[in-house]
Amino acid sequence: MTDARGVRPRALQAHGPEAAAARARRWGAFYYAEQVLRVMKGYSWSIVMYSVGQPVAYLFAMGVGLATLVDGQGGAAFGGVSYLAFIAPALLVSAGVMTAANEFTFPVMDGFKWRRTYYGPHASPLTPGQIAAGHIMAVTLRLLLQSAIYFLAVALFGASPSGWGWAAILVATLTGLSFGLPLMAYSASITEDKGQFALVMRFIVMPLFLFSGTFFPLDTLPLAVRWIGWISPIWHGTELGRVLSYGYQEPPLLTLLHLAVLVGLAALGWTLTRRRFALRMGQ
Amino acid sequence: MPFHITGTSTSVRRVHNEAFLPSGTRSGSPPSRPTVIAAGNLTKKYGDLAAVNGISFSVPAGESFGLLGPNGAGKSTAMKMIGGVTRRTSGTLDIMGLDPDTHGPEVRAHLGVVPQQDNLDEELRVRDNLLVYGRYFGLPMSYLKPKADELLEFAQLTDKARSKVDSLSGGMKRRLTIARSLINEPRILLLDEPTTGLDPQARHILWDRLFRLKEQGVTLILTTHYMDEAEQLCDRLIVVDKGRIMAEGSPARLIREHSTREVVELRFGSERNTTIAAELDGIGERLEVLPDRVLIYADDGESALEQVAYRGLRPLTSLVRRSSLEDVFLRLTGRSLVD
Repeated sequence: MTDARGVRPRALQAHGPEAAAARARRWGAFYYAEQVLRVMKGYSWSIVMYSVGQPVAYLFAMGVGLATLVDGQGGAAFGGVSYLAFIAPALLVSAGVMTAANEFTFPVMDGFKWRRTYYGPHASPLTPGQIAAGHIMAVTLRLLLQSAIYFLAVALFGASPSGWGWAAILVATLTGLSFGLPLMAYSASITEDKGQFALVMRFIVMPLFLFSGTFFPLDTLPLAVRWIGWISPIWHGTELGRVLSYGYQEPPLLTLLHLAVLVGLAALGWTLTRRRFALRMGQ
Repeated sequence: MPFHITGTSTSVRRVHNEAFLPSGTRSGSPPSRPTVIAAGNLTKKYGDLAAVNGISFSVPAGESFGLLGPNGAGKSTAMKMIGGVTRRTSGTLDIMGLDPDTHGPEVRAHLGVVPQQDNLDEELRVRDNLLVYGRYFGLPMSYLKPKADELLEFAQLTDKARSKVDSLSGGMKRRLTIARSLINEPRILLLDEPTTGLDPQARHILWDRLFRLKEQGVTLILTTHYMDEAEQLCDRLIVVDKGRIMAEGSPARLIREHSTREVVELRFGSERNTTIAAELDGIGERLEVLPDRVLIYADDGESALEQVAYRGLRPLTSLVRRSSLEDVFLRLTGRSLVD
C-alpha cells in the first residue's frame, strides 16, 4: 500500500493486544476524556462566548443595576458586603450547575441512543465505567475553565474581596458535579426521550437557582420553602463560596457540612452513573 | 461439546502457532491453524427469552466464519458476547484463550468490531474518527497518523479525510467504520450485518475490501441475512434460527446436504400457486409452496421444467437456477431469510 503521495511508507506496527489492554486498563478514562474534549473543541467558540458572556451580563444586570437599589437600603441584610459581592459567588456556582445540567443530559442521551457514540469505544478495550469517567473528566475540565473565566470577571468587577476568592472556582466546579452526576445517572437510565430534560431544567434547575439563597439570604424565606435551599447543591455551594470570597460568617461545622454534602452527592452520583453505564452497556 | 484451550495465547500476529493447541475439536480444520474462538453451549437469556440458546462452534485462525439467519435469530447477541461487551448467561466462551467475562479489555484489544449500526463520531472529521479510536487502544499519535492515512486509502476515503462524517454516504460511513475497526491491526474482525442497507454497488466495494482482509489472513466473523453475502465471504457458516444452530458447514456443503443442485421457480399468479401445487406432485425431489411462487427442487432443473410443460401446466414465469443458502434455510426452518 502506498500513501497519498505514492510513496511507500515505513512499516507501521501497532503494539500488541496485551499492551493495548494494559494501557486501556490504566488510562482508559483519559482516552475517552480526550474524545469528549475533541468534540467540545468543535464548539469551543460557543463555550468561550457562553463562559464570558454570561457572567458579564449577570454581573452587570444584578451587580450594577439591581445593586444600586439594594445597596441604597443599607447592606446589613447581606452581612455588610455590597450586593454584588453577595451574589457573585451564587452566580458563579449557579453557572456551573447549569452547564453541568446541559453536559450531563443531552450528550448522555446521544451516547446511548441518538448517535450511540458510547458504543464505539465500548467495543474497544475501554470499560463502561471508564467511558463514564472520561465523560465526567472532560466536563470537569470545562467547568474549571468556565468557572475560572467567570471568576476573572467577578474579580474585575471587584466583587471578590478575600484573597481566597479564587477557590470559588473549585467550589463552582464541585457544585456542578454534585448536581450533575446524580443527573447523569438519571440520564443514563432514560430509554425514551419524552422531554424529561426540559422538565428537569424548568422544575428542578430553575427553582433551585431562585430559592437557594442566590439573590437573597435563605433565612428571609418562609420556612415552608426554606427546605429547597437545604437540599439544594446550589445553596451549599453558594454558602461555601461566600465564606471563601468575602469571609461570610457561619459556624465552621456548617461549612464542613456544605463541603460534605457536595462531595457526598458527587460521589453518590458517580457511583450510580458507573453502575448504570455498566448495566446498560452490558445488556 | 466442551472446548479447552490451554495455550496462554497472546497475539496471533507475533506468536507462533505452537502457542495454541490445534483446534482438534472440529473435523476438517487444518491442525496447523490455532483455534481463535471457541463457544460451548453458549447461552444468553433475557428474562425467560433465550436469545442465544446453547450454540457451540469453534473458529480457526484465518477462517471466514458466518452466522446466517433471519432478523431476531440471535446473531447479534452472539456477536456481542464474542465481542466481549455482553455477558453470557451460561456456557463457555474462549477468545484467544481468554474469557471475555473476566478479561473484557484484553479480549476486546484483540478484536476489530463493525457494529450493525454505525456509531461514528459524527461531530468529528473522518480522519479524526480513526485517530480518536486508536487512542482507545493506547496507540501513540506517531503510529496513528500514518496508519489513519493508510486505512483511509484502503477504505477509498482519502479525499474525504477532512470531511465531516455526516456528509458521507451510507456506503462511505460503512467503509469508515471498517477502517476504524482496523486501527489496532486486529487479527479477528467481527462484522455484524456489514452490508445491510447498502446499494448493490456499495456492497460489492465492501465485499472486495473484506476479501482483501481475508487474503491477509484476518479471521472474519460475520453475521448476515443475505445468502449471497454468506456465499461470497464465508468459508464456513452456521445457520441460526431462534437462538439455535440448525446446520453447519461450508456454503457448498450445506447446499449439497440440504438442497438439490438446482431449483425451478414457477409463478402461477398468487391465487393459483397453492391449488396448482397438487398437480406438480412427483416432479423433482421436493416441492415448496410459497405465497408468491412454487419451488421445485431437482438436480436437473431443465428436465423438471419439461415435465411441468408435459403435464400441460403453463406458469406465468419460470426460472431454473442453482440452489442457494436461501433454499437451505427454507428447508431447515420452513421460512424465508428475509421476510
